[in-house]
Amino acid sequence: MIMTFETVLFYFLAAASIASAVMVITRRSPVMSVLFLIVNFFSLAGLYLTLHAQFIAVIQIIVYAGAIMVLFLFVIMLLNLGDEQRLAERISYKKMIAVGLSFAVLMEVLYVVAYSGTEFPTKNLERAVEIGTVEYIGRELFTTFLFPFEITSILLLAAIIGAVVMAKKKID
Amino acid sequence: MNLIEPLVKVVLILAVMLTLVILLVYSERRISAFIQNRIGPNRVGPKGILQAVADVVKLLMKEDIVPKNANKPIHDLAPMISIGVAMSTFAVIPIGGTMVLLGQSVRLMLADVNIGILYILALTSMGVYGITLAGWSSNSKYSLLGGLRSSAQLISYELSMGLSIVGVLLIAGTLQLDGIVQAQSAYIGGWLPAWNVFLQPVAFVTFVVSAFAETNRLPFDLPEAEPELVGGYHTEYSGLKFGLFMLSEYVNLVVASAIIVTLFLGGYSVPFAEYMNLSAQTVSLIQVLTFCVKTAGVILFFVVIRWTLPRFRYDQLMDLGWKVMLPIALANLVVTGFILAAFS
Amino acid sequence: MLESYIPIFMMLGAAALFGLVMVKLNEWLGPRRPSAEKLSTYESGMEPVRTARERFSIKFYMVAVLFIIFDIEVVFLYPWAVAFNELGMMGFVTMFVFILILLVGYFYVWRKGALEWD
Repeated sequence: MIMTFETVLFYFLAAASIASAVMVITRRSPVMSVLFLIVNFFSLAGLYLTLHAQFIAVIQIIVYAGAIMVLFLFVIMLLNLGDEQRLAERISYKKMIAVGLSFAVLMEVLYVVAYSGTEFPTKNLERAVEIGTVEYIGRELFTTFLFPFEITSILLLAAIIGAVVMAKKKID
Repeated sequence: MNLIEPLVKVVLILAVMLTLVILLVYSERRISAFIQNRIGPNRVGPKGILQAVADVVKLLMKEDIVPKNANKPIHDLAPMISIGVAMSTFAVIPIGGTMVLLGQSVRLMLADVNIGILYILALTSMGVYGITLAGWSSNSKYSLLGGLRSSAQLISYELSMGLSIVGVLLIAGTLQLDGIVQAQSAYIGGWLPAWNVFLQPVAFVTFVVSAFAETNRLPFDLPEAEPELVGGYHTEYSGLKFGLFMLSEYVNLVVASAIIVTLFLGGYSVPFAEYMNLSAQTVSLIQVLTFCVKTAGVILFFVVIRWTLPRFRYDQLMDLGWKVMLPIALANLVVTGFILAAFS
Repeated sequence: MLESYIPIFMMLGAAALFGLVMVKLNEWLGPRRPSAEKLSTYESGMEPVRTARERFSIKFYMVAVLFIIFDIEVVFLYPWAVAFNELGMMGFVTMFVFILILLVGYFYVWRKGALEWD
């Protein structure tokens, strides 16, 4: 196999995203976990770029790494979460269930990838570059996918109201 | 593919930025001295012009103090995030068209990508972490409060900043900054340059105000309001790590001015240059100079404002962001969209 | 397409490297003479009381949540603005309805006093 620039980049980013994901769940300090999650989002954005999805890549950074992780950081600071030892669950059957479930998912993924014979696209669509641009997404989102888009506003409205209701007791 | 050209440009950007900041610090101190009827730095070098260089050298030789209770890795990381984000933003800003240098034509910008302006916004949203983490990792009350206030301020004004950009995008129809500049090189009614400052005056005002807030300049320098918070998020920083925060603040100032010029003041375009029968090479040289002059003008505006206006109170600042800037930017957007849809 | 991003990766790398070099250079060049007073956090000349990482006002949390929601709204506006010429009046109405629904939420937040800071 010829290693093109894209393949090298893909393997590098894939390794980075897995490594950072492992770091997220193994760090003691929640703030470190948040930082590694941000690294993870960056490598995901890079992976989107290798798929020519430029808009999605930058949105991944603006919304996930730039907005949602700020909230995570605020909540961790707000609750003054210490090291995880103090938070650790005493009851271990939950852990057992978690391990079992993760194992099941892993098996499932392995089955789909290796045995089921599902056809995976092996290269990018020829129009991939065109589809990834902001212009194309704008055109499609506001014509073909108009209804889902409008429904999103209801979802966001619900989120606004939910946030206020949750914080309200304190504000009064 | 040619990797030498972008590499040279990257090194140039870093070098020019550093030189600019050093000049900027000196001139800001001189201008503030002039405004306050003082003399200002005048000992190091002719007229004190090397004062900022001396400051950098001094900071470099100072002890790097990390408080006992601080989180050392994050304490080190925070200034790196700040400066890294500030420096990288310049990558998509065009300072001119194309120019023939050493026998090959060179585009006078680092990367002309499809998502252009969104790259700048993405980096702006990363800048919050430098400040929040600096405040949190120091484990000092002043730092934490300063960092928190500051990050709440940054994210609040990021909204009105993003909304005012949409007004410009409606007119330009592209996210590429070069395209936005091209769109501004036409004329309204045959004589007025079609700069977005004339087409989108409301967006211009909201963007400039948000830019002031995003760069932590007075009247928005709440993060380091000395009487309340001592040094704000960098209370516990010393040596060059402190210097990096200062540096990134000034780099942000230069970058914000360059963005204002690109989005609203016609970028590198020179009105009526095409009627003057100049050679392509001369035109691109004039364009670069124009860009520099415009940017310097905006920077001067920032500096003069800083030494003229008092600071907001924190509740006033948040009120302005959420109750004034956000609705105005949104209304401007709706009106612009309606006019464009109705008359096109 | 990917090639146009190489300069951006280089810029990000160079800027990060610059920060790292500066911090390490300072650590290497500067003296190191720690003392208990020097390493304690600043608290207006008093002995520091307890830790700084106390719980703080929930308003910061509110700002962050509202920021996420409106940020998502703004993100939807970019593709809309870029494709606006082709969408025409229909596109304007679409976005107007979207903004209107979110304005309901905005005024709800305002009326509930979540934007007050005193």
